[in-house]
Amino acid sequence: MKNLIRISPGDTRIINPASTGGVNRRDLLKGAGLTLAVVSTGSLLGACSDTPDAQATLVPNQYLRIGPDSKITLISPNTEVGQGAYTGLATLLAEELDADWSQIVIEGAPADVKLYGNPAFGGAMQGTGGSTTIKAYWEPMRKAGASARAMLIGAAAARWDVPAAEITISKGVVSHAGSGRSTIFGELVGDASKLDVPTEVKLKDPQDFVLIGRDTPRVDAREKSSGTALFTQDVQLPDMLVAVVVLPPRFGATVKKFDAAAARAMPNVVNVVQFKGTMREGVAVLATDTWSAKKARDAVKVEWDETNAFVMGSDAIFAQYKALAEKPGLEVRKEGDAAAALANGRRFDATYQFPFLAHAAMEPMNCVVQIRADGCEVWNAEQFHTGDQGVIANMLGLAPEQVKINMLYSGGSFGRRGNAFSDYLADTTAIARADGSGRPVKMVWMREDDMRGGFYRPAYLHALSASVDKDGRISAWQQRIVGQSIIEGTPLAAPGAAFDTSSVEGAHNMPYEIPNLQVELHTTKLGVPILWWRAVGSTHTAYAVEAFIDEIARGTNQDPVELRRSLLARHPRHLAVLNLAAEKASWSTELPKGTARGVALHESFDSVVAEIVEVSQKGNGFKVDRVVCVVDCGIAVNPNIVAMQMESGIVYGLTAVATGLISLQDGRVKESNFHDHPVLRINQMPKVEVHIVPSANPPTGVGEPGTPPIGPAVANAIAQLTGKTVQVLPFSSSDVTIV
Amino acid sequence: MITLDVNGNQLVADVADDTPLLWVLRDALKLTGTKFGCGMAQCGACTVQIDGAATRSCTLLVSAAAGRKITTIEHVATDEVGKAVQDAWIAESVAQCGYCQSGQIMSATALLQQNRTPSNAQIDAAMTGNICRCGTYVRIRAAIHRAAAALA
Repeated sequence: MKNLIRISPGDTRIINPASTGGVNRRDLLKGAGLTLAVVSTGSLLGACSDTPDAQATLVPNQYLRIGPDSKITLISPNTEVGQGAYTGLATLLAEELDADWSQIVIEGAPADVKLYGNPAFGGAMQGTGGSTTIKAYWEPMRKAGASARAMLIGAAAARWDVPAAEITISKGVVSHAGSGRSTIFGELVGDASKLDVPTEVKLKDPQDFVLIGRDTPRVDAREKSSGTALFTQDVQLPDMLVAVVVLPPRFGATVKKFDAAAARAMPNVVNVVQFKGTMREGVAVLATDTWSAKKARDAVKVEWDETNAFVMGSDAIFAQYKALAEKPGLEVRKEGDAAAALANGRRFDATYQFPFLAHAAMEPMNCVVQIRADGCEVWNAEQFHTGDQGVIANMLGLAPEQVKINMLYSGGSFGRRGNAFSDYLADTTAIARADGSGRPVKMVWMREDDMRGGFYRPAYLHALSASVDKDGRISAWQQRIVGQSIIEGTPLAAPGAAFDTSSVEGAHNMPYEIPNLQVELHTTKLGVPILWWRAVGSTHTAYAVEAFIDEIARGTNQDPVELRRSLLARHPRHLAVLNLAAEKASWSTELPKGTARGVALHESFDSVVAEIVEVSQKGNGFKVDRVVCVVDCGIAVNPNIVAMQMESGIVYGLTAVATGLISLQDGRVKESNFHDHPVLRINQMPKVEVHIVPSANPPTGVGEPGTPPIGPAVANAIAQLTGKTVQVLPFSSSDVTIV
Repeated sequence: MITLDVNGNQLVADVADDTPLLWVLRDALKLTGTKFGCGMAQCGACTVQIDGAATRSCTLLVSAAAGRKITTIEHVATDEVGKAVQDAWIAESVAQCGYCQSGQIMSATALLQQNRTPSNAQIDAAMTGNICRCGTYVRIRAAIHRAAAALA
């Protein structure tokens, strides 16, 4: 990716996701035909000051305001975890506003579901997830920009006494060619704010896009390249205490008693408290700085009650899952009669085993909470505003609106910070409450706490059987999926749902056409806290389906791409992605001895991705040399960010299959930090080429869909070299090393 | 009390001698650009330069840093190489979540200060201590080559 991004040297955009003010809802909603809202801004430190001249601020809706300095503040309902949400939303807004890119600044929205409920979640929850940001705001954010544009034009038309239709805007300059007049947004916001907000606006014809589909610079690039981007870890507040915690050695253990005499005597230690959040109990040391808290934490002795603790090991869990897979499960897809058809033809069987996986974001979980007489204020890389606000309000006996949440940048998340139980936020709240001083408390997990704190991608087992007729056609496919449900038992569960689709997505809707097809599910219950993890169900279903297809291809001497093509006649979108990948990867050309290609194709979050890899044998290990990735994600709003997310998903997925492992021994998590939980490093990084299928369809997901195909693609390439598909993941558990 | 040479300033911190430099920078001196990631020199998020060498500050005791020249991300762009690296990072859209990037930039700057024309293998060797979970490695390589070209 060369010369895609340019930022002018004079670029002085200041992005302040920490600003907490935004729109005051009461004022915003004052009356229909709203013309003006009072706006307040807040700094990270909570000091509030009113905008100097509220009269000269244009606030056409909850998503933006334009100030007298022409600065356009986009109030982002969704969080920026690295996926480019802020830049994407800004692109949509600026496109319809015809703003200059340098005018845009971003502010994190407050928690307010009525104003900022995610349209992709029916507006019922404010949160970021499911690769929905661009899909959800494709229309609302463009309409927000178009409304503001119409009001600015209206103001200019009145001031110049010319027809509105003759006024144009380009890069933030409002012009009337006939009279030669021009001005900038800041000069018009006072007049524009007195106009009615249009009820209907016309959006641009895609052929007139000047930002969408091109490469605008990321709005957060400079901050994140200079150490000035503000993460939860960086929050400093007056009188703030830092809490470091002792977490239970096993899930479900409770505190029997603890001895903190030594810890209390250590320098800078202010308090030691027992806490109980929504998902765990523990003991927290509060000190005036992190290191003092950490040292004193290490000196606390806790006696645990493990009567109800989870004590199974990974081996026992998988043994149980294998036994379950012998029995029929709940049918989630049935076509023809797979059981009968399996009796004929050549039979293939495979069992794939997927471990628990930690998200292991670079920023270990952390949160800042201050409880005051009149409410509670939270500083967090906020991914699930509505849920977290409700959980904390419930804990403290407050109304949700008394819990003010400041959304900061997230040092990765991959799903970890969007949690129906608000686990680490609830812990922080419980600690602040137990401390009782009213001082702000920053809870900081050490890496070991993060690795062992639970909320993993669930362990899964897939048992597959297929039969192939004498012509090499797959006549029957049976897939039994065994694992915990992420959504059942949470407030997010759909009432009355027969099963959790997130357990089977990618399998029960696989595109391959097989006459006798049956997918079954065994939903297990274990005391291991689990959570969605980048691409959710597709993290295991893609591997099971795509590796098994290749096992069949290899066993019947069929070309893996050709076999897939033959099963995709009714799925032209998948077929087009696969064909483009085969072309870009020169699929049918010869490779040197010791090098092989592998392919995988998968749809997730409404996007289709194919990845073709080249893998070479290096000593006893395997090197992934090259990845060709093709994605159809509808209109690519920011092609550069689409490419970044594909690259990112590939690394995340490759790490998972290579070495990703959380293993339990008698209920205790063995892994603790990056020395015993290795992740992919730059020396293992393949070349990556991303190709985006041109599309006129509305945008679909990008943050997650790059992850699922890489694992099976690499496994399939290795199988070409060794004759064996890795069935017990990660590769390192099967003595296969990625170098 | 300990006196440190940080970013060209003599700064006094009231901390215990066994405090890792990382926490002195972040909590005492409020230089929060340097990040905490693992606490055991495995991830590189805490990388600073000590006398020009990329160093993990999470395992370096502050007492061992006294009297030595400490440079952090907040100051790196005052150096010609550091500025070129930072500009290249922006030009190549390296950062995603951004949490590891201070450390990446400090390691890349140290590399280019010693070797203005690094090969991919040399880049990999110098950058292997810095983990990025967003997987920005392809762009890190590209940005280092871009910075090298800008400095040539």
